[in-house]
Amino acid sequence: MSTFHRTTAEMVTPRPPPPLSRGVIGWLRANLFSSWFNAAMTLLAVYLLWLLVPGILRWGLLDADFAGTTRFDCQSAGACWAWVDQRIYQFLYGFYPPEQAWRVNLALTLLIPALLPVLFDRMPGARWARWFSLAYPFVAAFLLVGGYGLAEVPTDRFGGFMLNVAVGLAGILLSLPFGILLALGRRSQLPLVRLLSTAFIETFRGIPLVTFMFAAALLLPIFLPPRFNLDLIMRVIILVTMYASAYIAEVVRGGLQSLPRGQYEAAQALGLGYWRAMRLVILPQALKVSIPGIVNTFIALFKDTTLVIVIGLFDILNIGTSMIANPNWLGLGTEVYAFISIFFFVICFAMSRYSLHLERRLDVGR
Amino acid sequence: MSDADQPRTGDGNAPIIEIRGLNKWYGGFHALRDINLTVGRGERIVICGPSGSGKSTLIRCINRLEHHEQGTLMVDGTMLTNDVKNIEAIRSEVGMVFQQFNLFPHLTVLENCTLAPIWVRRMPKADAERLALEYLQRVHIPEQAHKYPGQLSGGQQQRVAIARSLCMRPTIMLFDEPTSALDPEMIKEVLEVMVDLARSGMTMLVITHEMGFAKEVADRVIFMDEGQIVEAAAPAEFFTNPRSERTKLFLSQIL
Ligand SMILES: Nc1ncnc2c1ncn2[C@@H]1O[C@H](COP(=O)(O)OP(=O)(O)O)[C@@H](O)[C@H]1O
Ligand SMILES: [Mg+2]
Repeated sequence: MSTFHRTTAEMVTPRPPPPLSRGVIGWLRANLFSSWFNAAMTLLAVYLLWLLVPGILRWGLLDADFAGTTRFDCQSAGACWAWVDQRIYQFLYGFYPPEQAWRVNLALTLLIPALLPVLFDRMPGARWARWFSLAYPFVAAFLLVGGYGLAEVPTDRFGGFMLNVAVGLAGILLSLPFGILLALGRRSQLPLVRLLSTAFIETFRGIPLVTFMFAAALLLPIFLPPRFNLDLIMRVIILVTMYASAYIAEVVRGGLQSLPRGQYEAAQALGLGYWRAMRLVILPQALKVSIPGIVNTFIALFKDTTLVIVIGLFDILNIGTSMIANPNWLGLGTEVYAFISIFFFVICFAMSRYSLHLERRLDVGR
Repeated sequence: MSDADQPRTGDGNAPIIEIRGLNKWYGGFHALRDINLTVGRGERIVICGPSGSGKSTLIRCINRLEHHEQGTLMVDGTMLTNDVKNIEAIRSEVGMVFQQFNLFPHLTVLENCTLAPIWVRRMPKADAERLALEYLQRVHIPEQAHKYPGQLSGGQQQRVAIARSLCMRPTIMLFDEPTSALDPEMIKEVLEVMVDLARSGMTMLVITHEMGFAKEVADRVIFMDEGQIVEAAAPAEFFTNPRSERTKLFLSQIL
């Protein structure tokens, strides 16, 4: 009898896994002190926090001045926030007539019901609510600009953070569908469609956005006939959208390329045809893969709205910059830019977190 | 044209597929050469041959996943041309099962099955679901309806793929090596479903090297090599008395 030939005496019945080391100590040991290197990094990080956080807190809150009418009222060693109270309206609304500011607030509030059914599509009633989402851009534009009985506000009154949000949001909403079409165009079987899409994408990716901003302000009015005189902010939105679309297109194209050919063939074999195959089979999968890149583009777009400064629009950054040129508030750059940064950070961070949530939720069945 | 190009059974007067002088090139490579083939309604054909002989290309021409340069292709009375309407009409009549299953991973099994009936046939959702469950029953996996394809075994996925095609109530089913990507113990469950389908009278073109399946259900076995149909015969004849040297060599390698 061969000594290599053996059988088990009894089959092993399944057992529960051994208990993990739980509790705070267990967690600390597993995550922060698992090795000497990890422990050293943990201590270094704690040291850096200890250096930075108390200093920032002391400067920004404990030693800071909050009241006053000029920078000379700020006498302590910390930050001077005295301007916030006076200037907050301008930072948020620009030169929008204060008695009409409710329209901006309303437009922004309506964004919540407009976004919810899109962001969380398992919400009850999402189907109906999505009609409102589709109508939202027009509702918001009507509220901001007015007309049809509502007092008209010329767009050169737009400014502050409201301008950043308006341009950013319009760019985001428009560049996604447009970018998807460009990505499909670049992979089209039709040579002319492919050529035009590629040319568009490469042009907008190959030239800095600032250049397009100048073009929006200076060049377009020269080329367009006078009765086509598009509003400056409208022109900026169109250019920002085109610019972002080129990036979205490339991100989506990457997603499309990551799918096996068989997916498209199976859809074709079922008789779905090109557009239905794209909408029902290909894009849902390609977009899911593209989420990180798409959100990345949106975040970049939102921050790039500050570039309107070069064509003399007063967004939040330009308002802050001109305020610290005012002798009353001279030299408060740190405070003003920190203040502005918080606005951008909160919004960009929220977008980033949402994209993580979306990725996790869509990661079903894999 | 030889006898072997003609249907063996079924209603010989009403061919469902007629291929005349079909030629196809990939660039300069002559992938299909002077193919003539007539398939009768209800006929079961098994296509075999060495890898790269053009088997997939041939059946993919039938539902226009590949286009051909020369010859004519009639499917159920419709001539295949560049006309998108014709192509989509034919595709909804012709089911196809792939080696890699190609289920849609973002949809549940049930949604995979109802997608085309709802969007192509305009079937109400409830009816489509009823139909899908009926076919999932027929491939023996109704209990998996709400899972995602990634949660199923290969054999189960391939059976869902078959059910998905059947939900369009096709008149012809094409199979491109349906069991080649499967672990041995799963091949049987898929072949059983296919035998069952063959018994129901479905017109089938099956690329496979499962010669047991060919012997059991095929009306005709076609051997392809170098883009041509080298030999076509009833399975009894084909396996016991092959005529061409190439066929003999091929059979000696796989049997
Ligand atoms: N998309 C393609 N482009 C170029 N050559 C191809 C393409 N598809 C198949 N071929 C070639 O055509 C021949 C037949 O391929 P195929 O029909 O897939 O063979 P089989 O299915 O019999 O293995 C092979 O030589 C293969 O390399
Ligand atoms: Mg093949």
